[in-house]
Amino acid sequence: MTESVTSAPPADTRAGKPFLEVKDLQVHFPTDDGMVRAVNGLNFTLERGKTLGIVGESGSGKSVSSLAIMGLHKGSKAKVTGEIWLDGAELVGMSVPEMRALRGQQVAMIFQDPLSAMHPFFRVGDQLTEAFLVHNDAPKAVAKKRAIELLDRVGIPSPDKRFFDYPHQFSGGMRQRAMIAMALMCDPSLLIADEPTTALDVTVQAQILDLMKDLQKEFNSAIILITHDLGVVAKMTENVVVMYGGRVVESGNVRDIFYRPEMPYTWGLLGSIPRVNRSGDGRLKSIRGTPPSLINLPKGCPFQPRCDYQEHVEGANCSTELPELLQIGQEQHRVRCHIKSEERRQLFTEQIKPSL
Amino acid sequence: MTLGVSETQSPDEGLPTDALVETAEAKEIEGRSPGEIAWARLRKDKVAIISAIVILLIIAVALFAPLIVKLNGFPPDQFNKVDANGNPLLNTRDGGIPIGGLWGSGTSSEHWLGIEPQNGRDIFSRLVYGTRVSLLVALGGTVIAVVLGTVIGMVSGYFGGWVDTLLSRLMDIMLSFPSLLFVMALTPVVASRAQDLFGMPDNNTLRMGVLMFVLGFFGWAYLARIVRGQTLSLREREFVEAARSLGAGPNYVLFRQILPNMLPTLLVYTTLLLPTNITAEAALSFLGVGIKEPTSSWGRMISDASAWIESNPLYLFFPGMALFITVLAFNLLGDSVRDALDPRAGRS
Amino acid sequence: MGRYLIRRLIQAVFVLVVISAITFFLFWATPANPALLICGKNCNAETVAQVNATYGFDKPLVVQYGQYMQGLVSPGGRTIGSEGNERNCPWPCFGESYQNGIPVWNSIKDAFPATLWLALGAAVLWLVAGVMLGLIAALRKGKFIDKLSVGLALFGVSFPTIVFGYLLLYLFIVKLNWIPFPDTANAALFSVGPVKWLQFYILPWITLALVFAALYTRITRANMIDTMNEDYIRTARAKGLDERTVVFKHGLRSALTPIVTIFGLDVGGLLGGAVITEQIFSITGLGKFSIDSVLSNDLPAIMGVVLFAAIFVVLANIVVDVLYAVIDPRVRLA
Repeated sequence: MTESVTSAPPADTRAGKPFLEVKDLQVHFPTDDGMVRAVNGLNFTLERGKTLGIVGESGSGKSVSSLAIMGLHKGSKAKVTGEIWLDGAELVGMSVPEMRALRGQQVAMIFQDPLSAMHPFFRVGDQLTEAFLVHNDAPKAVAKKRAIELLDRVGIPSPDKRFFDYPHQFSGGMRQRAMIAMALMCDPSLLIADEPTTALDVTVQAQILDLMKDLQKEFNSAIILITHDLGVVAKMTENVVVMYGGRVVESGNVRDIFYRPEMPYTWGLLGSIPRVNRSGDGRLKSIRGTPPSLINLPKGCPFQPRCDYQEHVEGANCSTELPELLQIGQEQHRVRCHIKSEERRQLFTEQIKPSL
Repeated sequence: MTLGVSETQSPDEGLPTDALVETAEAKEIEGRSPGEIAWARLRKDKVAIISAIVILLIIAVALFAPLIVKLNGFPPDQFNKVDANGNPLLNTRDGGIPIGGLWGSGTSSEHWLGIEPQNGRDIFSRLVYGTRVSLLVALGGTVIAVVLGTVIGMVSGYFGGWVDTLLSRLMDIMLSFPSLLFVMALTPVVASRAQDLFGMPDNNTLRMGVLMFVLGFFGWAYLARIVRGQTLSLREREFVEAARSLGAGPNYVLFRQILPNMLPTLLVYTTLLLPTNITAEAALSFLGVGIKEPTSSWGRMISDASAWIESNPLYLFFPGMALFITVLAFNLLGDSVRDALDPRAGRS
Repeated sequence: MGRYLIRRLIQAVFVLVVISAITFFLFWATPANPALLICGKNCNAETVAQVNATYGFDKPLVVQYGQYMQGLVSPGGRTIGSEGNERNCPWPCFGESYQNGIPVWNSIKDAFPATLWLALGAAVLWLVAGVMLGLIAALRKGKFIDKLSVGLALFGVSFPTIVFGYLLLYLFIVKLNWIPFPDTANAALFSVGPVKWLQFYILPWITLALVFAALYTRITRANMIDTMNEDYIRTARAKGLDERTVVFKHGLRSALTPIVTIFGLDVGGLLGGAVITEQIFSITGLGKFSIDSVLSNDLPAIMGVVLFAAIFVVLANIVVDVLYAVIDPRVRLA
């Protein structure tokens, strides 16, 4: 076989390539006030059976990226560029009907607020079977059987009765379970979960996360987990992408991000996790300032207006030049920061770590 | 240090949830009050500017009606059967249709919009005076409705309990009235009551007052419902709670804290209620229960002109257009004001 | 459901009683002695006394109101007229006209069909036109067709019925001569046939429908735009549903729900008479009957038509609430 990637048959292309690869993804929305640059050059890869966490504040571009993978910006005003390769197929340039065939079938999504994400006027069961019937030429009875199976699998008691309920008759946790069941109707190989537990209370959160882990083992699916909750990330993921102002500011495996973070923004995020055994004065640190305007992104580092460590950079580079996302160490740990790597490590161990 | 595997929810960073849009706007609107932002938006809105100019012109016409009529020299009630040279203006053999002019309307360099069939009153002068009646009645009715609606709605929402129950039922009942029918039936009744109570003759001053009262009385319930809802939500807001905990009385809270926050709603509602009332006044006068002869009003003129629609269509056209343009201008402005105050209220 | 309906009906009766009381006392308390209205120029002390006796004006108002209500409630109607000249006014008795002595209920019954046809025809027209325009506008938001629809809708709500009606009348009847002048005889579908009947009603329908069509365009458009931004629409797309299913099954279902409410109330309100349209096109419906009654100070007739109209409004409220509960599973009737 040749080495040429483009001419090779799909089976071979797939061999060396990751299951999901996002390359230089950009999503921009033209608005009356100017161009909203929601995602500016996102890169990551993901294999089946693995989980990737995307972390960041609201407006950091994490949800917009996931919608781009689902192709849900197609037909809107949004401009999506870059490449998304899923199992040998490129999604950004894909036509709407082709993309539609993938949605729900190969890529499924679990949305944040299951109350608003389920249609209030249709029965839960019908909403589940609908997801199955779009992609499978099967009798309704088969779809119903599958829906009840899955409702049972996600832990809904007496699923054959609950099948006929409306979403508002479910509790919050049950709705989220039903939402997960809905996403699993067609055995998707990639599951995108956008803040799947944010709307739930803590005990239910843990159950849902456990459920997702179990299901992942069972179905060997790849999961992209979008959250602002680092606790969830630590529990669920192997790799993490930290996004800020539509860019990746740090990425790597979960241990690197938690034990050896080098980007001041990541430090800030870690500092804002509440913990019982917190040392020091026990106060949570919030990151000062507000997220940047996505219309007028800062010229240099997007985090520069809120960064407390700019004096460690010579000159005024932080406000004039965008730092590159550079790999450090052996594993895929990448950081976007002007501060020298050794200095960052020193700052973390001396100033940040003790107060975490 | 146990890393991050805490079951506790991380605190909401207190950031706007819809940062994509919020941040985009935040930059531009920093440091300006909502009123200033709305004003800036309004000034950029060409439709709003044009409608505002048209409305100002109409108001000027109403205010300076006597001066304007002096320009053409024909008082609105004067019969003009012959011109200055003694030539007849009306064709007496043909039921009194104006002689000459565009489409048999009697338009001329003296009578710019023609004259009425039969008695020859100048249509331009009558139209100008009709503007006064239309605007005055609509404005009066609107003010009464807005004041009643605001007070009743605020009282209902703020005090709750049986007061709220009672007033809400009242609003329901008012809204279930077939209102045009009722207004129509009630206007003569109120007029004769007023005659009796105040010893006033049944003239058009009284009629105008009655129309204002009736339009106001049947117009407040809808606004009261909106105001009640807003009061309910404002009452629970922190700044109101804070003031109450410091001992502020209901008057202070209602008029100093809740009312100012409701001004945008009231403004939008007022600009949209005005054209409704202008139409209503025209409709009532058209039906014969509003303004009566000899005072002119647009609805009255349309009613009179309808008998001559075959021979003199322009007679009907002028008051019709005056009414249409006025209502359109107010509606356009009202829409623009609403969009400017709340651009997200679905540009409908 | 059954209990809910019973409770709502009791409430409705209560509202109607309140409306009837207010109307009655407002109208009958007019200082102009009703007797003077009836005998007119021939009034002298004797005739006034006679009229007072005939109509019961010499009794206290409350008693008069009681008698009036008796005629509406009691299955046998009530007896009216003075001693020696008593006659039965069968149920439902709204009294007799001061003008011509005809029982008001008979006049209402005669006038109602014309109003019913007018209202129903216009309702179909505005519902179809409004929802379609609004839907198209929402789906092509920001495009030319959207701007056109929004403009038309604004134009429509600003066009006073009296102006629009005469404009149509002038254009199609006077100028173009496509349609003959309205002749009341043509309002009867079964005696004149569909062509004349349609010719009679088409302009009134359009006239009456315009403002509503414009309002419905705006409401449908706004609702549809809001709905298409809902999370569950995104979910529907994420399932891989085609756009048609997303729009018509998931979107329209939610967007039209509020329309049902408004539509019910609007039609209910019109069944009491579309006064202006009826006046312009000389339709002898309830609206024309009511304005004629008002202008001639015919109190029993006014009272009757106001109550009759109020019944429709109140019933429409109940129908709409029940329909809403049928459409939206979240709403429980209680």
